[in-house]
Amino acid sequence: MTSPNDNRSRKPLIVAAVVALLVAVAGAALLANISERKQEARVQNVRVVELTDDTVDPAVWGKNFPFEYDTYRKTVDQQRTKYGGSEALPRTPDDADPRSIVSQEKIEEDPRLKTMWAGYAFSVDFREERGHAYMLDDQTFTKRQTVVKQPGTCMQCHGSVYVPMKKLGNGDIIKGFEVMNQMPYSETRKIVDHPVTCIDCHDSQTLALRVTRPGFIEGLRAFKASQGVQNYDVNKQATRQEMRAYVCGQCHVEYYFKGPEKRLVFPWAKGLKVDEIMAYYDEIGFKDWVHKDSGAPALKAQHPEFEMWNQGVHARSGVSCADCHMPYQRIGATKVSDHWVRSPLLNINRACQGCHKWNEEELKQRVHTIQDRTYEARNRAMDALMGLIGDIKAAKDSGKSDDQLEAARYLQRRAQFFLDFVEAENSTGFHADQEAVRILGDAANYARQGQIAVRDPSFKPSVPIVKIATATPGPMQAAPGTNPSQAPATPAAPGSGPGQSTPQQVTPSPKK
Amino acid sequence: MPAPSLPAVTLAAAIGLAVGIGGYTFVYAKGSAYLGNDPNACAQCHVMQVYLDSWQNSSHHIAATCNDCHTPANPLRKYIVKATNGFHHSTAFTAGNYPTNIRARESSRRVVEEQCRHCHADVVQSMVGDLDEASCVRCHATVGHL
Repeated sequence: MTSPNDNRSRKPLIVAAVVALLVAVAGAALLANISERKQEARVQNVRVVELTDDTVDPAVWGKNFPFEYDTYRKTVDQQRTKYGGSEALPRTPDDADPRSIVSQEKIEEDPRLKTMWAGYAFSVDFREERGHAYMLDDQTFTKRQTVVKQPGTCMQCHGSVYVPMKKLGNGDIIKGFEVMNQMPYSETRKIVDHPVTCIDCHDSQTLALRVTRPGFIEGLRAFKASQGVQNYDVNKQATRQEMRAYVCGQCHVEYYFKGPEKRLVFPWAKGLKVDEIMAYYDEIGFKDWVHKDSGAPALKAQHPEFEMWNQGVHARSGVSCADCHMPYQRIGATKVSDHWVRSPLLNINRACQGCHKWNEEELKQRVHTIQDRTYEARNRAMDALMGLIGDIKAAKDSGKSDDQLEAARYLQRRAQFFLDFVEAENSTGFHADQEAVRILGDAANYARQGQIAVRDPSFKPSVPIVKIATATPGPMQAAPGTNPSQAPATPAAPGSGPGQSTPQQVTPSPKK
Repeated sequence: MPAPSLPAVTLAAAIGLAVGIGGYTFVYAKGSAYLGNDPNACAQCHVMQVYLDSWQNSSHHIAATCNDCHTPANPLRKYIVKATNGFHHSTAFTAGNYPTNIRARESSRRVVEEQCRHCHADVVQSMVGDLDEASCVRCHATVGHL
């Protein structure tokens, strides 16, 4: 029946049939995809577990909020940026410290830091900060614990303390806070199981943001009072957008431990600027420790990201921490806040390009320009400070009295706090670029004035000299004999400008 | 009349299937809406919802719809741009590989610039006209939507 002729005429028919079938299959696949996309557009939120005000474990919250939980867990990732971020370095675990991965040691990258903090626990161990996932372990196992008995106050920001505090205070977090501050750190470690978790920032029933840390509640109340607003209650009066910065400000701030009860206090009663914080510390005569080389009543600035952001153009424009560090991401048709809190430089499209319509490379360059300039100014101020510390030490060794050195020591305290305010702040100037460079300029100025004051008793510094008692050690003084401050930093000679000093020897080049 | 051969029957069935499924998909996805000018058609893909929402709050929503700025005035070019953009958008949306903050391609940016000049010719014709020399939306970035 079948002739070769028939076969030839059927071939195109078969090919056409196969093509038509493939088109039909592709059409069906597209139909299914469109249907899925339409499904996505319906907001889905399935509650599979009941959350209470005592649910600490983030994995339980994660059952109701899987997208947020997935990204929250990514804070274990370690990735460098030009000036920040952290590198994962291998380490041999031992009995004292079971960590097998740590981040780079900052005091080895720039040994001038050891001189700046001589006699203080940070001169022993100060690694680059890692993601939220590591906050509890890195504080538990730092060598700082071995030179200073750290108080329970530290736990405020290194663990999920909301529920433990509530238990200690029988339902009253302020009471629990007061009890916890006075416990030894090692004791609080036994009642805290997690790094920061969902319940530290969210209400379990409404998911609304809320502040749980008494330090911030009291600090902001004092700051608002300085502006004429009495009895400010952050959880009742703050706007939703303000809360998107305030929950971060619970920890990313400057603080000190007040009195024998070690109360965690944010020094904001005069304002949030470095000068106002300095004035506050001067007024109450507070010092963190007595500088080992120079005898100055020194202060350590801690990560004042919240204060610095407040001075910048982003805060001025109403942009909160979460807008750049936890930008929205689309999952299906829903927008979810990214709980992988990290540097915006690692996430430029979502962090910056929602507002800034420039390409990624351009935006990155803008940030690096600010950071390069800040880092340069920081190195100049650091050289000036090394010069002053060396001068005071030499003058002390050659027999100058405490009275004769008082002005120089106060200027060191001031220079050092200003410099550290930028150094310890985790944006290398970006959060408020002009303010950062202004502060560093002031720091260098105070240090150089201090060098003049060492030599010339008639010299009148540009700021009044405040007497701070140095007879007793500060609350965070490292135990004697544990100080490895024999740093190779060369104090710059007075009169030798930063240009003549040798910053190459002591200045680490930032890694890319 | 001879009975149709097997391949011919298969072909007819396959074509019928393709046309049927294709036609249904087109109707289900409201494909015909894309041929018109209704801004709601753009938000049939939920990616565009935020742009539609902010357009409704913008100064231009009383005067211009999506197509007035994003497609050329010339009818032939308009449908060429609609077809190219439609292809790009639907492949990206189907595959899901697009960034959260989507950005205009160079050719799309040029269309917008042309359209600014098209409607506002009275005001801007005496100013610099070259698309590469001056950009309207660099300063007037939020008149259409955020």
